[in-house]
Amino acid sequence: MATALRRRVDPAARFEARAATREAPWVKWALLAVALAFFTLFLLMPLIAVFIEALRKGWETYFSALVEPDALASIRLTLLAAGIAVPLNLVFGVAAAWAIAKFEFRGKHFLITLIDLPFSVSPVIAGLVYVLMFGAQGWFGPWLAAHDIKIVFAVPGIVLATVFVTFPFVARELIPLMQAQGREEEEAAVVLGANGWLTFWHVTLPNIRWGLLYGVILCNARAMGEFGAVSVVSGHIRGETNTMPLHVEILYNEYQFAAAFAVASLLALLALVTLGIKTWVERNAARSGPGAQDEATAP
Amino acid sequence: MKRSTAFRALLAGVAATALSAGAWANQTLLNVSYDPTREFYQAFNTEFAAHWKKTTGETVTLKQSHGGAGKQARAVIDGLEADVVTLALAYDIDEIGELTGKLPKDWQKKFADNSAPYTSTIVFLVRKGNPKGIKDWDDLVKPGVEIITPNPKTSGGARWNYLAAWGYALKKNGNSEAKAREFVSKILSKVPVLDSGARGSTNTFVQRGIGDVLLAWENEALLSINELGPDKFEIVVPSLSILAEPPVAIVEGVAKKHGTEKLAKAYLEYLYSPTGQKLAAKHYYRPRHPEHADPADQARFPKLDLITIDGAFGGWQKAQKTHFSDGGVFDQIYAPGNK
Repeated sequence: MATALRRRVDPAARFEARAATREAPWVKWALLAVALAFFTLFLLMPLIAVFIEALRKGWETYFSALVEPDALASIRLTLLAAGIAVPLNLVFGVAAAWAIAKFEFRGKHFLITLIDLPFSVSPVIAGLVYVLMFGAQGWFGPWLAAHDIKIVFAVPGIVLATVFVTFPFVARELIPLMQAQGREEEEAAVVLGANGWLTFWHVTLPNIRWGLLYGVILCNARAMGEFGAVSVVSGHIRGETNTMPLHVEILYNEYQFAAAFAVASLLALLALVTLGIKTWVERNAARSGPGAQDEATAP
Repeated sequence: MKRSTAFRALLAGVAATALSAGAWANQTLLNVSYDPTREFYQAFNTEFAAHWKKTTGETVTLKQSHGGAGKQARAVIDGLEADVVTLALAYDIDEIGELTGKLPKDWQKKFADNSAPYTSTIVFLVRKGNPKGIKDWDDLVKPGVEIITPNPKTSGGARWNYLAAWGYALKKNGNSEAKAREFVSKILSKVPVLDSGARGSTNTFVQRGIGDVLLAWENEALLSINELGPDKFEIVVPSLSILAEPPVAIVEGVAKKHGTEKLAKAYLEYLYSPTGQKLAAKHYYRPRHPEHADPADQARFPKLDLITIDGAFGGWQKAQKTHFSDGGVFDQIYAPGNK
């Protein structure tokens, strides 16, 4: 059983085992070497460089850069923005994927296009749109000013921009998965007398849980790392509206390289943790069935 | 950023109007400034907070925001609630007043010396040993010289650079506008990257090693030499440059709303105090009152021939309109990529 499963999930091994599709050894090794060289040069070395630069002036400088009030404020703001954007997009993504995968309605393709919009629009434009709408000279600017509500150049603007750029992650992850699963199981549940909520909770959700978790991880990574859109709506007030990526840029521009890389290394660590969780999720997904495996490696 | 702060941002106004402004024991003042003043205002804010605590007993939180002057002005126009602005040139502050109505027309008369507590000028930063032999403006247009300067559309420093070059060419060619235009367009054709702010350009030149000469604020040039090692760069002072007056102003509409008028006035006035002047000189700005500066700091500022914006260009309004507005001279002579 185990070998049968292995063979199914690893077509590369099967490919390699057949004489007709096997490559000459030197071709194999040359391709591997090129791939590894690229990987080392463009991914691994920059990652290592971040940590080397961060620790160039010693651990003490490193930690003092991280506990400096402006840095702490930026970490808190990043966590807050992600903490709001990720749950919102989780709920939205599940709702949208559920509607698109399980029901037929007019305008479905238009809805899918809309969900993809943040992927195709430059983040800078996303930020500028919010300035245009909520800025003092914007459409709602005078009304907001009259009621003394601040959106751009304040925390709400940063959260809005983050929500916008991370909008498609969960939905995009779930739609193909739920479409592939079809709706037979839900129909069976309904025939057996379950209501909509019960069906979702006991039938749909268990089927999509790994895909959902994967989408949330990607969504979170982007929410914390977003620079462009947030930069436009931030106003760059130190200790107030700077997220971690913005803080890195400020430190770098102030010739505080060790500090800049210290904060950058924190973001890099986050990325590594995200990758770790992602691998763990993929392994669990693979174990829970071939369908889930397809989904986890699809994108 | 605590959760409560997020709420405060949303509901700030409700609270601010409910409480009388003076009732805030801990006032916050936001100073929106341009690129190269980061280090100066960081030091100045510490001094001022201590001074304010001593004289009034109140604790004050001073917040800073930095970027290209034009970009920063744009942010204030779009609703960034600055109590005070300390920008690179008067036109950007005029523009804020014009579009938001939050500044009086005569804002530049509210503080001494054209509301510019410190001045600077435009100099050249070259690589150590001056390999291209750059001594004056004419050397910039020699073949094979690459020049770094920011974008005049977004950066105040870049506009000073541009006008200094224009002013030099005017003076040299008997006030011929055509010759000046030719000279400046030649300079712009040798710029490989136009960054949006002065600090961006400095980084392009210093960190990325692009270009042979950086047209820079004197303060920015001195700072980068100090931060990154005198063994790598040197300053060349041209025969003629421009008196750059970065002005300061209270954004009265905002200060009134925040109830920070008194604090904002004291903050900007403190720039003229012996402490403020001394700090300005320490951070490479030419103080209005050199007698307060440390003589060692003051010695860093060589004497040179300076033209003024009012004398040579008839003021910022006129200079901006002629050179930097949409379709102005800059747009006519700058074509990206025509090297």
